[in-house]
Amino acid sequence: MQFFMEVLIGGLLSGVMYALVALGFVLIYKASGVFNFAQGAMVYLAALSVVGCMEKGAPLWLAIILAFAIMTLFGIATEKFVLRKLVNQPPIALFMATIGLAFFIEGLAPMVFGSAPRALDLGIVDEPIPAILDAWGIVISKFDLVAAGVAALLVTTLALFFQYTRIGRALRAVADDHQAALSIGIPLQHIWAIVWGIAGFVALVAGLMWGARNGVQFALTFTALKALPVLIIGGFTSVPGAIVGGLLIGASEKLAEIYLPPVMQSLFGGNFGGIEGWFPYVLALFFLLVRPEGLFGEKHIDRV
Amino acid sequence: MFKHRKSVPTAAISIALLAQGAIAAEEQFFPVLSYRVGPYGANGQSFFGGFVDYLTYVNLKENGVNGVKIVWEECETEYNNAKGIECYERLKDKAKVSTGPIHTMSTGVAYALIDKSKEDKIPLAMMGYGRTDAVDGSVFPYAFPLVTTYQMQASAILRFIKERGKGGLEGKKIVYLYHDSAYGKEPIVALQEEAKLNKFELTLIPVAHPGNEQGAQWLKIRQENPDYVVFWGWGVMNQTALKAAQKVGFSRDKMIGSWWAGSEEDTVPAGDAAKGYMAATWNVAGKDVPLIADIEKVVYGAGKGNLQDTSKIGTILYNRGVSAAVLSVEATRKAQEKYGKGKPVNGEQVRWAMENLDITDARLKEIGATNLLPQIKTSCTDHEGSGKVKIQQWDGAKWIPVSGWIEGNKGLIHPLFQASAKQYATEKGIAPRDCSKEK
Amino acid sequence: MIYREAGQFKTSYAADQQLFPIRQDRIGILILLAVVFLAIPGIASEYWFSAILIPFLIFSLAALGLNILTGYAGQLSLGSAAFMAVGAYAAYNFQLRIDGIPILISFGFAGLTAAGVGILFGLPSLWIKGFYLAVATLAAQFFIVWCLTKFPWFSNYSSSGVISAQKVVILGHEFASPREKYLLVLSIVAVMALAAKNMVRSSTGRAWMAVRDMDVAAAVIGIRLMPTKLLAFAVSSFYCGVAGALYAFCYLGSVEPDGFSLDMSFRILFMIIIGGVGSILGSFLGAAFILLLPIFLDITLPWAAGLLGLPFSNATVSHIQILLFGTLIMFFLIVEPHGLARLWQIGKEKLRLWPFPH
Repeated sequence: MQFFMEVLIGGLLSGVMYALVALGFVLIYKASGVFNFAQGAMVYLAALSVVGCMEKGAPLWLAIILAFAIMTLFGIATEKFVLRKLVNQPPIALFMATIGLAFFIEGLAPMVFGSAPRALDLGIVDEPIPAILDAWGIVISKFDLVAAGVAALLVTTLALFFQYTRIGRALRAVADDHQAALSIGIPLQHIWAIVWGIAGFVALVAGLMWGARNGVQFALTFTALKALPVLIIGGFTSVPGAIVGGLLIGASEKLAEIYLPPVMQSLFGGNFGGIEGWFPYVLALFFLLVRPEGLFGEKHIDRV
Repeated sequence: MFKHRKSVPTAAISIALLAQGAIAAEEQFFPVLSYRVGPYGANGQSFFGGFVDYLTYVNLKENGVNGVKIVWEECETEYNNAKGIECYERLKDKAKVSTGPIHTMSTGVAYALIDKSKEDKIPLAMMGYGRTDAVDGSVFPYAFPLVTTYQMQASAILRFIKERGKGGLEGKKIVYLYHDSAYGKEPIVALQEEAKLNKFELTLIPVAHPGNEQGAQWLKIRQENPDYVVFWGWGVMNQTALKAAQKVGFSRDKMIGSWWAGSEEDTVPAGDAAKGYMAATWNVAGKDVPLIADIEKVVYGAGKGNLQDTSKIGTILYNRGVSAAVLSVEATRKAQEKYGKGKPVNGEQVRWAMENLDITDARLKEIGATNLLPQIKTSCTDHEGSGKVKIQQWDGAKWIPVSGWIEGNKGLIHPLFQASAKQYATEKGIAPRDCSKEK
Repeated sequence: MIYREAGQFKTSYAADQQLFPIRQDRIGILILLAVVFLAIPGIASEYWFSAILIPFLIFSLAALGLNILTGYAGQLSLGSAAFMAVGAYAAYNFQLRIDGIPILISFGFAGLTAAGVGILFGLPSLWIKGFYLAVATLAAQFFIVWCLTKFPWFSNYSSSGVISAQKVVILGHEFASPREKYLLVLSIVAVMALAAKNMVRSSTGRAWMAVRDMDVAAAVIGIRLMPTKLLAFAVSSFYCGVAGALYAFCYLGSVEPDGFSLDMSFRILFMIIIGGVGSILGSFLGAAFILLLPIFLDITLPWAAGLLGLPFSNATVSHIQILLFGTLIMFFLIVEPHGLARLWQIGKEKLRLWPFPH
């Protein structure tokens, strides 16, 4: 039982990391209806910018600010040069364009900042907290708690921003109905640029956390792949959905990785570990059967 | 818009033109299938940097091999099998007159080239990767898993654990944590044989590619609480494992990695989490090897170095690239001894040389590579030639060897290769050579 | 002037319904076939066969498969490489386990196996579409590759999981040299491409297009959605499966499941975007473009850099390649969503009037 709890908690905490990436997807999808496959590449670009600036001699805080500037500029440029030209195209074309965007970033970022894997030290140790280990025998690392805190903070900030600022309200209006928003004089294209800027910021936060955990390298782009099932489960348009979806995926895949292979082994013989690659997707598929709009998504959805 | 379509025929023409570029008669050609980008680009940069630097060094220092200048052409494979084949086919024509062995540093590309290289008579060197049962040269005349193989390495790591623990392996618990691909799966048979022989308990835990999430695996390891974790990772999986081990509080000095999980590229991004971690290697790191220091002086002094980031000189993978080049150049030297000094040698001749390599410590000392790599003596039945590794430990800043050269259990492992090679021969309808008739 | 159908009158239904109703097209196709079957084998070098022509044909076939599904039936798939893997492993196992089975039959069975798996993973298309379906096909991509890695039976218990394709022997003749392999692949691809061309203008193809353009409307006019969509998945997977078998047997020689990665699926997707979504010709143009562009850049970029005195390393060249890929995808989607095939069509329109446009 204790082991079960440990796996569960570990899974929930790693789910937080997935949710951080998924948040960026949700923001852009909500505001512009674009499924941004390049979010993983943006995480890579953000983390690489931080490390790159630090290598040029900037302290951490300055590097983060510079990276934020880079991400914002990048977001605005994407909106201006790619998405604006694709207005009125089918959503699938926009989706494919973001795949192109992902490749663009994957070529550009290492060309500018170098491709060697590097460490990103935020000064938070990823070690078990002794007090918890002694009291309950469960491993919880400080880093995970910080990550959870950051995610909570990010979600709160975003919620407040959407709720109480002028731009936030405009964003929500655009998300609800483009046409209506346009008709009351909300400048759609500015709003999209702002959303891409915010998504860049979320990518930066995710990049900092993922980079600090696994090192800054090309593999950061793979984080997007874990975020897709999270979105299906949480719903494409819901910020809390991204968090809950992340937690669900994190916990279930860790539990599955521990408890499923022995069952399969007894059925087929052989060794069946390493199911984390596909398990979230299959889970998401079953979810689609039951609740296609996701847990918190809006009801109208492409149904046949 | 039409411009884009025009680029296709233009490409065709330029390929046709470039493919004709002939190699001068008095030069020795080396095809280099390198990769410097993609998910593993960082590893390739160090390795192929070292490889090319040594070739430059031989040209600068001794004016080539016995006066035969070395020339080479690089082709980027991106660690991608299809691109590897394209590169191979592109360089093949140039390699007809004279060629050094091909290094791919990619198991996938090496596998795809096994049959082709034999047809084209270009020896394929797979140093620490690739098809391991090619140790049996009777079935694989043109493939050379030189120095050592995954299976021998696994066996050597177990011997290290055995000697270190003083109590033997009996009753010990060992977890094998591996990248779920050909690379990680090859040693399993060897480990299982060892487990039977030495009576230790072996648990296999695979990690799905790319391996950037290992929470569950490490919680399982924490629950199992093994005496050692033998670790076969590659790329991002390595840093992740070190970080995850730290996270569950598993002591890193009970974790022993393979040689592709034991370079600066793996430990530096993991920061403090890597301290105490051990890994096997068949070449040592550092600039205190005379050859490496001399390369830095001669090649980089002349401004002809291949690396942009010179801090990589003396790293594990850089030195591994140099070692690979040393063996390749020694093979051409050996071939020249038999087939004519001061003349370029072709693939067939180099193949013979690679099967008859005898690089002693004395020779290594002459090159300045004392202790850079183990002694090597190959034969038709043994394309490996050594089977020895060193165990090294990361002290937070550099790799420090903590053992001498350890040899795996040849008597146990080599029959496995022969059995596997035999199966391959029957599947493919190959009649094995009779090794006793080879001279 | 050159390309004008005026004066070509159809006197029978058969003539009106033939695959290439315009005489110039028929002549063009015949010339093309003559060139690829007779002229190219005579002049191309080994490098051309093994490094360019064979992979080009194989990827064209895979792109054709995806184009049937995405371009004609409107179902986006990100799992084409996985279906190729099914084909490759199936062909290997048919050869291995059934004594004396002719290789072409194996290829056919491999395609059918892939089609079966395709139907299975096409089932979600019955209740979802768009990105949701794209994510579902990603499940296929990861799950299939994992299965092939995990069940050692598929790779005949090889310790590394790598399979090494058997010899290609047809009627006692071994197809060993790159030239012979090229001819074999070419014949299969030519037949299948013509079959596809024929299929997409049949009632099946028209049903697919109706579903693609608006599924509700298609249902209203009496097209049954379920069989139509599943058939698209089956046919598409069949093409991908045969492409996979050829990839293993005539191109690489040995394959491992990891080789059929998501990256390869994307590459095939790019081929149809650049070549032209919903066009048979586009599949070929796209495959040629995607395969030749990197080689072209590989050769010209260092040369151009040397000319301009820029310090380009190999790494930079490859980074520029990836960057250019991305840029081109976006460029095509923005400027010419119908891809290279559309340019060809525009060219034909021009040729119709040329040289007297007024």
